[in-house]
Amino acid sequence: MLTKIGEVIEASTGEFVAECYELHTPPPLGSLLRTTDGQVEIYGVVCNASTESIDPGRRPLARGREESEEENIYRQHPQLSRLLRTTFDTLVIGHGQGDELHHYLPPRPPRVHSFVYVCEGDEVRLFTRSLDFLAILLSARAGSVDEVVSACLRQAAGAHDDERAFLVRAGKELAILLGGELNRLNAILRRIKL
Amino acid sequence: MNEASVQGERLGIVVGGSLTRGMEVKLDSATPIEEMAVGRYVVIEGQRSRFFGMITDVSLGTIDQQLTITPPDVTDPFIAEVVAGTSTYGKLQVTPMLTISGDAMSILEGPQPVKTVPAHFSAVRQASEQDVELVFGREDERHFYVGTPLDMETKVCLNIPEFVKRSNGVFGKSGTGKTFLTRLLLIGMVQKKAAANLIFDMHNEYGWEGTSEHVPKVKGLKQLFPSQVAVFALDEESARRRKVSTDYIVEIGYDEIEPEDIALLREALNLTQPAIEAVYEFASEFGYQRWLEGFFELSAGEETKDLLDRRRIHESSYRNLYRGLQKLKRFPFLVPHARDNSVQRILEYLDRGMNVVLEFGRYTDVTVYVLVANILTRRIYAQYRERTEKAMGEDIAQPHPLVITIEEAHKFLNSEVSGQTIFGEIAREMRKYNVTLLVIDQRPSGIDDEVMSQIGTKATYLLDNEKDIDSVLMGVSGKGELKTVLSKLEAKQQALIFGHALPMPVVVKTREYGSAESYKEFGFRDAAELKRKAEEEIKDLF
Repeated sequence: MLTKIGEVIEASTGEFVAECYELHTPPPLGSLLRTTDGQVEIYGVVCNASTESIDPGRRPLARGREESEEENIYRQHPQLSRLLRTTFDTLVIGHGQGDELHHYLPPRPPRVHSFVYVCEGDEVRLFTRSLDFLAILLSARAGSVDEVVSACLRQAAGAHDDERAFLVRAGKELAILLGGELNRLNAILRRIKL
Repeated sequence: MNEASVQGERLGIVVGGSLTRGMEVKLDSATPIEEMAVGRYVVIEGQRSRFFGMITDVSLGTIDQQLTITPPDVTDPFIAEVVAGTSTYGKLQVTPMLTISGDAMSILEGPQPVKTVPAHFSAVRQASEQDVELVFGREDERHFYVGTPLDMETKVCLNIPEFVKRSNGVFGKSGTGKTFLTRLLLIGMVQKKAAANLIFDMHNEYGWEGTSEHVPKVKGLKQLFPSQVAVFALDEESARRRKVSTDYIVEIGYDEIEPEDIALLREALNLTQPAIEAVYEFASEFGYQRWLEGFFELSAGEETKDLLDRRRIHESSYRNLYRGLQKLKRFPFLVPHARDNSVQRILEYLDRGMNVVLEFGRYTDVTVYVLVANILTRRIYAQYRERTEKAMGEDIAQPHPLVITIEEAHKFLNSEVSGQTIFGEIAREMRKYNVTLLVIDQRPSGIDDEVMSQIGTKATYLLDNEKDIDSVLMGVSGKGELKTVLSKLEAKQQALIFGHALPMPVVVKTREYGSAESYKEFGFRDAAELKRKAEEEIKDLF
């Protein structure tokens, strides 16, 4: 059963932003998501998540001075969950048409208001069987890409039967892609080792 | 049969190189570099043909120079595994030697020498048993199995009829296995009946039984092939003590020693150049056949003095010669007149297709060895030459090829004497007269370059003298690469064989010899088995 987690609210070919249906429950960093442009399935990896006021001009105020527990704040001010929202940024890393998976950018960006699902188990394993998406991730302009890459690999490894073999294969792919950038490679490897 | 055994395991891909320098191969990350070995065979799958080559160097490479300065944390097995084969990788230097084309015509022709190189990124595999068999042939009536390539069970076979067409050499440091391989080669020649052998067996290793470092005694040729081998002895007493059944005791008459023989022994007998010249003077005085006897008969009187004056031989040269030749008198097999003609006997045996081993018994002195080998060979050579020329003139069958085995070859074939000894001549041209040499030596650099260049197939064990290595590899293509292989041979039982009788150089681990099974493989049947067989045959008859 797929989990519908949110909706696209801003889209471009290389990345999209989606809003979570539930406050404070974005998908974990690096997890594989799926949405659509109406024809093709678009896959992406969560590269950032944030929670902020729905009105950029009104920043939330601190309200818990008198409270002993954090949860009481939301209980006392039920409007808060309507005034705040959680969004997450996703880097597009591939798409699927019918049974075929392609590890390169889709022809069109997803539509705004497309539903966003979190991929699980088999779907993750199928998509990460090829590691060609690593090249797209590594070349993304988003900050802390390396963190996203390592988070993504750590999560994907869980979907494979032999986690270590998967990570070694991914590590080798990274070693080739980051041939001249030894420090980046070392940093990622340290983050993904079991 | 699964694919791996037909194709051999994949090792990597070709990333560069040239025909002269050899191919550069990047190892796959899954291939452990420490399992690669210099001298091992690989097959490169080119687009049109397959290339058969040998690993001549193994090296390490890195994708980025920085890695060598700040190495990754390889104490972590995960990082070590990731880095192996990607950021860091192994490289092989492979010298392509032969091509095996895919079409029917070339399969019939067999492997051909390489004239080009495989394309970029051609896959490189370990040579499979079939590949090796395709190159070195299968054991049959022409091919003799000498050993196995490194880490393989396939048989490397020598084409014996081709082998005996040229002079051959076995080289290596003392104790590496020269005698062992020589014994095998001799067995090969006897078994395939490709040539008659005359073996000057200095240390009594080949005839009846020999020594080995693993087992106390190994069977010699006579025990394996009793009907095809005759043991001649120079030292009857030693033969009797060693319980060797000899076929003939060799005696050499003074009349058989010629001045050239003495010239050859100049160093051994400590003679000066004028003393050698004096020998020729005596020869013209007494005649070539009687000179030594004449010399020994000279008394200290006036007559001798007159003779010396007449022949202008200086007193000191005479004394030097006298002292030197006295040494010869001490050898019991040297007699004024031999009872029988040893050369004729040897030839008779050889003519019957027998192989003759001449054991030297206690006379392991190089002087004796050089003298006897030279005297006998010179005569046999003369006979062979005469017969071959006759055969050519009258268009009849040529005499059966003869292979003469000599040890300590540099004593006969060094550049000072190779012009004088018969062996130098045989090495240079006797192929035409169906006589070739099998030379065994531990100092190949001592052998004259001209002779060395005529040696067809060379088998060399470990050598560590630079001059010896250069001399053995002289004129071989890919010398530099072979040098690496040669210097990395194990101290025992591993030999690099290359030249005429093999399509390409090969490092072999020599086949086992000395156990009951190994004798059986050579066709030896022990008494119990012979008896059983005879009984079975009798049963079948009635």
